[in-house]
Amino acid sequence: MGAVVALDDLLQQRRIWKAQPTPLPPSAQPTGHAALDALLPTGGWPESALSEILMPSEGVGELQLLWPTLARLTRNAERVVLVAPPHVPYPQAWQVAGVDLRWLAIIQACGRDALWATEQCLRSGSCGAVLCWPQRADDRALRRLQVAAETGQTLAFAYRPLQEAINPSPAALRIAVDARPAQVRVLKCRGGLPSSAAIPLAAGQ
Amino acid sequence: MRWACVLLPQLALDGVLRRCSDPDAPLALVTGTAQRRVLQTVNPAARALGLRAGQSLTAAHALTHDFTLVEYAPDEIERWQRFLAAWGYRFSSHVSLCYPRTLLLEIESSLALFGPWPRFEARLREELTALGFRHRIVAAPNPLAARILANAHDGLAIANDEAMRETLGRMPVERIGLAREVATAFARMGLRTLSQVLALPRDTLARRFPAQVQLHLDTLLGERALALDCYVPPDRFDGRIELNFEVESHQALLFPLRRLTADLAAFLAGRDSGVQRFALHLQHADAADSVIQVGLLSAERDPAMLFELARGRLEQVQVVTPVRGVRLLARELPAFVPEHRELFDERPQQSLPWEQLRERLRARLGDEAVQGLRAQADHRPEHAWQAAGDGKPGPILQGPSRPGWLLRQPMPLRESAPRILAGPERIESGWWDGGDVRRDYYLIETRSGQRAWAYRPLGESGPFMLQGWFA
Repeated sequence: MGAVVALDDLLQQRRIWKAQPTPLPPSAQPTGHAALDALLPTGGWPESALSEILMPSEGVGELQLLWPTLARLTRNAERVVLVAPPHVPYPQAWQVAGVDLRWLAIIQACGRDALWATEQCLRSGSCGAVLCWPQRADDRALRRLQVAAETGQTLAFAYRPLQEAINPSPAALRIAVDARPAQVRVLKCRGGLPSSAAIPLAAGQ
Repeated sequence: MRWACVLLPQLALDGVLRRCSDPDAPLALVTGTAQRRVLQTVNPAARALGLRAGQSLTAAHALTHDFTLVEYAPDEIERWQRFLAAWGYRFSSHVSLCYPRTLLLEIESSLALFGPWPRFEARLREELTALGFRHRIVAAPNPLAARILANAHDGLAIANDEAMRETLGRMPVERIGLAREVATAFARMGLRTLSQVLALPRDTLARRFPAQVQLHLDTLLGERALALDCYVPPDRFDGRIELNFEVESHQALLFPLRRLTADLAAFLAGRDSGVQRFALHLQHADAADSVIQVGLLSAERDPAMLFELARGRLEQVQVVTPVRGVRLLARELPAFVPEHRELFDERPQQSLPWEQLRERLRARLGDEAVQGLRAQADHRPEHAWQAAGDGKPGPILQGPSRPGWLLRQPMPLRESAPRILAGPERIESGWWDGGDVRRDYYLIETRSGQRAWAYRPLGESGPFMLQGWFA
């Protein structure tokens, strides 16, 4: 019986590929965008893993992508940490999006300290989601974040420029946000082939 | 009432050894005048080299030079005894420092909390060993008997008066705390043990010896009560470790720091209080102390956490001159309120609570690094938010939609003819507090498809000022 359980574990961790595809256990972390959920193999964010959001520039709907998730987490009294955000979150807009600001924490740090703080928050397991904006993050730093997210079983999101899309990354999910046309593409997702379909996403109002 | 006597046979040596990172290195305490230096105490490693207590320093140096010399300081002994009393205060409300190198704890009333005596005793021994003090523990029905029995026994626990009388009766007269000439007189009378002395008629004893002898014997047997002063713990913690050498790296300061924070935690546990703010003084030979303030958001007393926070602050500090000593000073000791935990936590794997994580982040990144966010009821974007850490919800404002990101400083929009999607929306406010704002805000789409929130001051036709992103 023990062997059977172990095999299940191996299949779930996707260390063994079955020729016949089996449906993955559904994720407990839906993105809040029905069309995006449909594209992802688990029907939501990969749990306890790093997700990358690649964007060409600011103001293209990168917050809209996460707001439903953050709103759901803060409503369930889970803490959301922003590590070194590039700007000030406008409270009114975040509240309108449903985020409970009492559960939002902002950490001011720069460079290596920001990565360190992100890793600490992920590893602690006391946060629901950790958002970071790593600058000049190399493959090793991202791998550390990925391992930390697994250890603390926390959702990790890293915002990075779209130019990084050509570099490989250890993140479990990579999503590109395009400005023109405003859409979202899945570049890589663990546990399935990324679909080539793009989902329209309206930035702004 | 039962009493436990914790005898600390080598308090001076333990006090020195516990600040050394290698307690197995040969070490001797030296005392005496400058002309005649004498070894006061030696540790086992030094004894293995042939050093003995009472040896002159010259003789010791003739044998070997491979040992560390530390000045014997009687006031240090008293300090350690007071520290241990603060530790013992955790286990008993009545701690007495009546006898030198001894703690007397009243244990009868503590048994309900700390379990039967064998378990209680094991706990005392475990903590004393962790603190680095050698000890002998004896429990007896009265404090003087416990103290006297500790001269000859370790781990003895006597429950009733008969057993105590019998065990005491076997003690030789030299070791029951009588003055030397009295003990000698008894020995010359052929009385070797206490039982033989007690067999004498009271009146003959009273006729031949001073009154103190009879009083001492009565107290010893519990027939006369002994009034003991109560130890009252001080309101502040002041611990200091002097280093035998000049230290220039953080690494070498970590061991004394760990000791000091562990001592602080033991002290706090005794007082059932926590610490919210303490200062680390790095003492230099020829300069003023470098002071490192360590502040916490809530009262804490976990030794590992105190150490980690102090370490985080210490590593930030640049110390220019070598350090000769470390001192930890805690003045405010607020009551410790244990953290409220759910029995069925939603995140069972949670290894580090948010409060501790926040302290760790603040220790490394600075006090202002971790903030919350609160909405302010103000239409001016600069005043619409406030970095707050108190967790109070702000007002929810209704109105036209606002961008998710707000730039800290507005900057000119580098685009000649942007596409205006919405606007203008006029914000005119703040004439009463000096931050007067009269602007027309527009929702703008740039050529690359970004949605910007930009304004033009009223009546001007210059470039748009970018103040936010609809992200």
